[in-house]
Amino acid sequence: MMEKEHLIDLKHISKEYDGVTVLDDISLYIRKKEFVTLLGPSGCGKTTTLRIIGGFETPTSGEVLFEGKDIVSLPPYKRRVNTVFQKYALFPHLNVYDNIAFGLKLKKMSKAEIQKRVDYMLDLVNLAGYGKRRVDALSGGQQQRVAIARSLVNEPEVLLLDEPLGALDLKLRKDMQLELKSMQQRLGITFLYVTHDQEEALTMSDTIVVMRDGHILQIGDPKHIYDEPANAFVADFIGESNILRGEMIHDELVSFAGREFPCVDFGFGEHVPVDVVIRPEDIMLVGEDVGQLVGTVQSVLFKGVHYEMMIDCGTFTFKVHSTTMEPQGSKVGLNVVPFNIHIMKPMKEAGK
Amino acid sequence: MINNLQLPPWALWAMVLALIVFIAMVVISVRRNHGIKRSLFASPYILWMFIFTLLPCVLIAYYAFTDVNGHFTLDNFSSFWDSNYIMRENLRSVAGDEMAATVARGSVNVDTLVYSLWMALLCTVVSLILGYPAALFMADRKMKLGPTLVVLFIIPMWMNFLLRTIAWMSLLEDNGLINAFLERIGVGKVQLMYNQQAVLLGMVYNFLPFMVFPIYTSLSKMDPKLAEAAQDLGCNDMLTLLKVTMPLSLPGVISGITMVFMPSVTTFFIPRVLGGGNTRMFGDLIESTFKTAGNWNLGSALSLIMMVLILISLSILRKADPNGEGGGIV
Repeated sequence: MMEKEHLIDLKHISKEYDGVTVLDDISLYIRKKEFVTLLGPSGCGKTTTLRIIGGFETPTSGEVLFEGKDIVSLPPYKRRVNTVFQKYALFPHLNVYDNIAFGLKLKKMSKAEIQKRVDYMLDLVNLAGYGKRRVDALSGGQQQRVAIARSLVNEPEVLLLDEPLGALDLKLRKDMQLELKSMQQRLGITFLYVTHDQEEALTMSDTIVVMRDGHILQIGDPKHIYDEPANAFVADFIGESNILRGEMIHDELVSFAGREFPCVDFGFGEHVPVDVVIRPEDIMLVGEDVGQLVGTVQSVLFKGVHYEMMIDCGTFTFKVHSTTMEPQGSKVGLNVVPFNIHIMKPMKEAGK
Repeated sequence: MINNLQLPPWALWAMVLALIVFIAMVVISVRRNHGIKRSLFASPYILWMFIFTLLPCVLIAYYAFTDVNGHFTLDNFSSFWDSNYIMRENLRSVAGDEMAATVARGSVNVDTLVYSLWMALLCTVVSLILGYPAALFMADRKMKLGPTLVVLFIIPMWMNFLLRTIAWMSLLEDNGLINAFLERIGVGKVQLMYNQQAVLLGMVYNFLPFMVFPIYTSLSKMDPKLAEAAQDLGCNDMLTLLKVTMPLSLPGVISGITMVFMPSVTTFFIPRVLGGGNTRMFGDLIESTFKTAGNWNLGSALSLIMMVLILISLSILRKADPNGEGGGIV
């Protein structure tokens, strides 16, 4: 789907508010037709990044290139991007139709042409026949669709979405995720999406940018980010993790939880402290006698597809996801295959 | 000035009755609830409202439809349309129809009303033109000066309305500050007071805050994201103002218009002080009909006409802002 060509380039963007650094030397690029997600906890600078591209904030330093041209000084109404705001920001004095037609009317388009395009958009977002409704008479999900239609009707090069599904309930959110993704693929528009929901990011994105405290921690496709998190923070933020302090004995051998494990990582040096990350679903429950580690089941929670068990191995309590249940208090063995042990530099260094 | 006209006896009885009913209700309420209910604390206010708002309104209606002797009549309203009506009728009874026909129609009352409405309209328009940009400036989050400006607008309101108007006198009068300055720079004295412009100036000065604050409130309540959305969809600053900010501040504008227009029509102190009696407004007329002419019946009729006009314009404005979002007096 996506093309090689860079549509937007952020180069060394920094942003300060009254001396507080919100973005610290951010660089990233967005390709045509790509679905990029900025993912991070609140206050990580993801919305500020979006607003800089939308033209609502000016970076303290750095360049924003759009098809190679610097657009930092360009006001929002001259940029070929449109934004879907967090709480939709629909115009309460206009009905659904006029909200969507707002941008087209400014372009002095003929009435018939506007009618055609707005009707097409209403169809696209499943709101055909809702044109005359007041926007505040719509449900959250419907308002959200109007907001998307209002932006998309202008045929932007890039659609910026600022946590657009945040106010919706879980079921609706999941449906809208799929709908947005298919809409993006059908229309061939570049999406830049901001969210703090890791599952949403993994479901929809071509590329995920993980941010924290104004820094980019990792850029990559969902699978890469999930399987090879750059540091313990990313690992913890993307999905659930067991994060332990460990020591790299030498290449492909690591020690944690009181014993040594073969692994596949190398190049850290010998006898250096590292962070070890193991996903809960990567721990296999085996017989007490054949386990690499032995522990006692402390608690069991039923989570639908799997059970979540906390297993105390003396030095560390592992979170384990398994489809088979071991009763509370029983002794079990834990095994991890080398491939599933992720070694990373300790957090302090990785954050730099 | 006490005039020869007395309150109708039933007005006194109504007050006594209200007091008895009030005390009885309080007693019943305390007995039934075995103590004091919270709603009981509102009762003094209800009594106050009855004696000082409702009863006077009834009295105005009563006087408007009666003559000096307390008999029903519509003469007061005829006198509103034709201020020589009573004179002509008196002449008719003494000298016959022919003589009565020589008395021309007097238009003082209607003319004054029309003039008042015109002045109030001017005052409202000028206040809106001056007030809207001020409110816009005050509500702009990017302007550091906004909050200071709000305070500057409020401070004069802490001072008495009469004092503020009299203060303008010392600025505008022949030997006032402005003329002293004009003389010093060689322009010479200019007649600034006792004309329509001075009255308008005084009215705008006094009523401007009532225009600015409702607009300011509705503007500062507005989600700044809406202006951003407008920009995002292709509006420059001017178009954002016209297409989004202004329509959304309409409730505030309506509230502001109400709060400036209503008191403007009935104002009497400003035209008296700054207009020097050269320009007479309806409030002035009502006041002098009551006090100088001592004609409570005509005065009440004029007041009633004023009230009806205000109610009509209120209901029109209410149509434009059905939710009362402007929060004013509507």
